[in-house]
Amino acid sequence: MSTLTISDLHVSVETDQGPREILRGVDLVINSGETHAVMGPNGSGKSTLAYTIAGHPKYTVTQGSIDFDGQNVLEMSVDERARAGIFLAMQYPVEIPGVAVSNFLRTAKTAIDGEAPPIRTWVKDVKQSMSDMRMDPSFGERNVNEGFSGGEKKRHEIVQLDLLKPKMAVLDETDSGLDVDALRIVSEGVNRVKEETGLGVLLITHYTRILRYIKPDFVHVFVNGRIAEEGGPALADRLEAEGYDRFTETTDA
Amino acid sequence: MAPSTSAEHSPAAFYNADALAPIQTRRERLSSFSIDDLNPVSPRSAEWRYTPLDRIEQLTAGTRDGSDIPAVYDITGAASVSHMPMTDALVGRCGRPEEVASARAWQDTHNALVITASAQDTSEVWVLRDSLGASARAGHTVIDVAPFAKTTIVFDNRGSAMLSENVEIHVGESATVVVVSLQQWNDTAVQLASHFARVGANASLTHAVVTLGGGVVRINPTAHLAETAASATLLGLYTADSGSHIESQVYVNHDAPNTVSRVNYKGALRGAGARTVWIGDVLIGSDATGTDSYEQNRNLILAEGARADSIPNLEIETGDIAGAGHASATGRFDDEQLFYLRSRGISEEEARRLVVRGFLNEVLAMIPVPRIQALVHDELDLALEEVPV
Repeated sequence: MSTLTISDLHVSVETDQGPREILRGVDLVINSGETHAVMGPNGSGKSTLAYTIAGHPKYTVTQGSIDFDGQNVLEMSVDERARAGIFLAMQYPVEIPGVAVSNFLRTAKTAIDGEAPPIRTWVKDVKQSMSDMRMDPSFGERNVNEGFSGGEKKRHEIVQLDLLKPKMAVLDETDSGLDVDALRIVSEGVNRVKEETGLGVLLITHYTRILRYIKPDFVHVFVNGRIAEEGGPALADRLEAEGYDRFTETTDA
Repeated sequence: MAPSTSAEHSPAAFYNADALAPIQTRRERLSSFSIDDLNPVSPRSAEWRYTPLDRIEQLTAGTRDGSDIPAVYDITGAASVSHMPMTDALVGRCGRPEEVASARAWQDTHNALVITASAQDTSEVWVLRDSLGASARAGHTVIDVAPFAKTTIVFDNRGSAMLSENVEIHVGESATVVVVSLQQWNDTAVQLASHFARVGANASLTHAVVTLGGGVVRINPTAHLAETAASATLLGLYTADSGSHIESQVYVNHDAPNTVSRVNYKGALRGAGARTVWIGDVLIGSDATGTDSYEQNRNLILAEGARADSIPNLEIETGDIAGAGHASATGRFDDEQLFYLRSRGISEEEARRLVVRGFLNEVLAMIPVPRIQALVHDELDLALEEVPV
């Protein structure tokens, strides 16, 4: 059982006009096996939350804390966080020229586990995971994300989620740019991993459609750098019907 | 390294030196066997302005030992090796010196090493040169490839050297040739080389310069695509350490219709104060209709004070071409690539190694010699153990 606890989190980014505060006091607790949907309009700070949890150097935490099973996440490097069991599926996965997917996956698995995976089962696992995500085995020989379509990049993120077996996954707009079939494949992949490992999920999305496939236990509406409203799955339905207008109007006032 | 094309063209990504240098077209450059005809060795001449002249004085003035260069030959298939006087008809068919060091080496050399590949079979000649010593030498090699032959020639350069040499590569009609010059010299070694390739009709040349060690290594290949549908792929892969100067003046001369060229040089500058120079000249002559050419140079700067000069030049004298392009980019690590790898648990050091390795792999994968690929792969593993963080 793992718990990610975010308390009073304030985050700034450096801009030409000086530091700009994007997160203004976020409180969130995610336990193993739970799925939390963070929803909100563009620019509300959803992705900042994702990158801050993963430790992207662009974001500076000015106040508050992130704790993962008693460890101070903010004092950990990016790779230490990953090795502790935190995974970020990125909205825009990065291309790494000249590094083959198979080599990348094995290097990552070795780093996370602290030892190289046994060759025979590993090759089988990779093949199975790719096949589950409808990725041709030839992707193993291709360079990481290079020349992948938007959908292929997202599926490759979920292959990593499946193989690296983190305790807590942050999915940053994994649904963006996916057609209906790809959305279903990706969602099924997340659900399968969750079922197998009891993964905790922080699902960041702008739209409600992915929530038809990945059922959230909790829904948090993110507006202007903090959580404006929280509720159960019914809140997502309400957002579907009403949009974010009533929240943005409130904050403008 | 920023992967997007937009980043390639942002001014900040360029390290091009002295944008106001006087332009001398490659077509107009002098060539001669006579030293007096050539530009003096000076920081003001186009041929020498990037080269550390104080470190190559033994090769640009006085005389050098022109006796046969000690080498061990490993020959498989239909190829042979011999020494011929410099007056032999095989010598001087592929080009003439364009600068003083090349002309002096030509004069100093007693006999040319002649490597002959006949058309009967495929062949491979591995030339190990690991006992040249530190005194100044001059040498000349003629690679003579018969029509329809398929051959691979490798120069495996190690140890000490103060070497100036010319290499002629005469590629007969429809032949397929791979020439690799692999440098793992010690860090005081100096090598100046001019490679002159003449590529015949429907023939293809793959030329690769791989420099992993050396003090001053300046290897300037010229590919003269002299007949219809000749093609050349010129590759470069280098890692530059502190104090090393690696220079490549690459020249592709499209001189016949439907000729094709690709130039791809990639380097990692991993030592403080390392210096690399790449000048890529492509000339598409007025008769070279339907040609297709592309040249690129990319450098990854890994250390403070390292400097990469990268200068592509394209001269086109006909409107009727299939394609002509060039790219040049020099930069540091792409932080987003490192973040992505580290977010998968990979340590910063290992992430940097992966990125550098991947960056250089692109060129290594294009060298069609398995033994070179394996050797360079292992060597890079060792070299990249010490990538600075």
